[in-house]
Amino acid sequence: MNMSSNAPSTAASSRRPALLGLAVLIALACVLPFVVSNYRTFQFTLVLVYAIALLGLNILTGYNGQISLGHGAFYAVGAYVAAILMDKFGVPYWLTLPVAGVLCFAVGFLFGRPALRLEGLYLALATFALGVSMPQLLKYKHFEHWTGGVQGIVITKPDPPFGWKLSPDQWLYLFTLAVTIAMFVLGWNLLRGRVGRALVAIRDHPTAAATMGIDTALYKSLAFGVSAMYTGVAGALGAIAVQFVAPDSFTVLLSITLLVGLVVGGLASIGGAFFGALFIQFVPNLADNISKAAPWALYGVFLIGFMFLMPMGINWALRLGWARLRRNFPRRNFPVASPGHQADDVIPNATRSPP
Amino acid sequence: MDQLLHQILAGLATGSIYASVALALVMIHQATHLLNFAQGEMAMFSTYIAWALINAGVPYWGAFVLTVGFAFVLGAAIQRLILQQIRGTSVMPLVSVFIGLLFILNSVAGWIFTYTIKVFPSPFPSEPPFGQHYVSAHELGATAVTLAVLIALWAFFRFTSLGLAMRAVAQNPNSSRLVGIRVGRMLALGWGLAAAIGAIAGMMVAPTVYLDPNMMSGILLYAFAAALIGGIDSPGGAVFGGFLVGVLENVLGAYVVGNELKLVVALVLIIGVLLVKPSGLFGRVQVSRV
Repeated sequence: MNMSSNAPSTAASSRRPALLGLAVLIALACVLPFVVSNYRTFQFTLVLVYAIALLGLNILTGYNGQISLGHGAFYAVGAYVAAILMDKFGVPYWLTLPVAGVLCFAVGFLFGRPALRLEGLYLALATFALGVSMPQLLKYKHFEHWTGGVQGIVITKPDPPFGWKLSPDQWLYLFTLAVTIAMFVLGWNLLRGRVGRALVAIRDHPTAAATMGIDTALYKSLAFGVSAMYTGVAGALGAIAVQFVAPDSFTVLLSITLLVGLVVGGLASIGGAFFGALFIQFVPNLADNISKAAPWALYGVFLIGFMFLMPMGINWALRLGWARLRRNFPRRNFPVASPGHQADDVIPNATRSPP
Repeated sequence: MDQLLHQILAGLATGSIYASVALALVMIHQATHLLNFAQGEMAMFSTYIAWALINAGVPYWGAFVLTVGFAFVLGAAIQRLILQQIRGTSVMPLVSVFIGLLFILNSVAGWIFTYTIKVFPSPFPSEPPFGQHYVSAHELGATAVTLAVLIALWAFFRFTSLGLAMRAVAQNPNSSRLVGIRVGRMLALGWGLAAAIGAIAGMMVAPTVYLDPNMMSGILLYAFAAALIGGIDSPGGAVFGGFLVGVLENVLGAYVVGNELKLVVALVLIIGVLLVKPSGLFGRVQVSRV
């Protein structure tokens, strides 16, 4: 009762600082390439790329509850589409993104159709098989004149347009940032609306969702397609940033890395993608100093540890902490003010349905 | 023709390996309705233990028995210490735990035993038996061991009260608990048994593929394909599927797609079975009440 009657006013008043914070963050992100080295800029470009891929995976796994252990395959398709278009057809780099997105949407949608029959662990294993067999497909000798076989394809880093005085790394970072913002606004709109609610409903109770008139088969395949599209766009951006694609960069380990990022950042949270991306970009490098095997052992420990200790990921943990802080401060005078508020707010409701 | 026969027989031999890993998958599925992604890695780790024991001077069969015991304890411990803690029916925590285990076991094996490839001894004589040249003694021996394990397992589930209790727990844990079955222990037992079977498979496959931390990565997928073809709830089907996948892989690899697309064959098999006959050849059709 108390919560619901206060919800509209607190939501409206808390949205303004949140938007302000977001604007500050974006401004900081814009300044970033001008204060750190080119190599760091490149690393942060990859963080943005991973964030897009993680948002894609989150649409499927976090919101729709379909677990994918093979998203590295869609990333690989996106990366190869960009590389082949740029290398073989001389297509400008920015035009490869929509092509990669559309193609990956189609591939994901088509893979999503048979995957409809699979639930939970079976789907996870089938997508795992997809992730494992992707490098073999890329190496296959009959595709070699496209994919370049084991050697892969080298592409050149795009120069900044309009004669801007930026290094290629800085320009690519800003370009990636713009794409990231666009993709996240799209994703936010998608997930906060009717479609997002349908996806969550299917995840939480498929039968009830179907009873409510949601076409579960269509939405599940669409989720697969959209998710693959995001990951494919990320793959294309990643290929442009790294300037190189080869089958062995897209092993099943990439898919698992994305899964780790998802779990660490937080399932079913949009902002969590950034925490996850920061984690998978920087933590393995730190662990690499200990031993060659350490990053993977660490991934394993983090996967299990997060599931037990922080099942909703960093983003939710931060939000929970923030909410507790906010709740603790006004608590001293709140009990006096709250009953009065509630009484004149919801009298008609209060008489009909006692809490 | 001779070549084809050879390929088929070699396929049957590798198939026996897939069959035993598939059997372990089906075991865990029967006991817990789960699919363990870390199954192959658990088997690999146990095989390293066997290797270490043999290198320390333990005779082969002694090391074999000790390793199977170790694997049993490992499997049961994983169930009790980690999986038991998961509440709720969500699949994501399970997948995270399985994948996490997979990578922890893989890296720890690499850490302790290094990534250099090791030769693992075979308990069987080196020259082919019965004066023929198609099948090596190890291939025959490995197949025999797999079949023996299968029969023992079938008998265990069919004729012992413990086996009956385990089947009951998988089917309906709540009712089982009401009639006095210790559900937690049965689940731990199921995991232990599956890990032990996996260890046997690991020791049988290691002489052919050599021992390294990644030796099981492909095998798990084939085993999964095998289990699906046979029907995920049918141990006999898993074994049949294992042999079938082994033969298909070898024959297709030799004549149709070439060696570099072998994993894609597994992918196509998995998706094909799930599309055409999700219950597998020998599995029961699952009907769930809404």
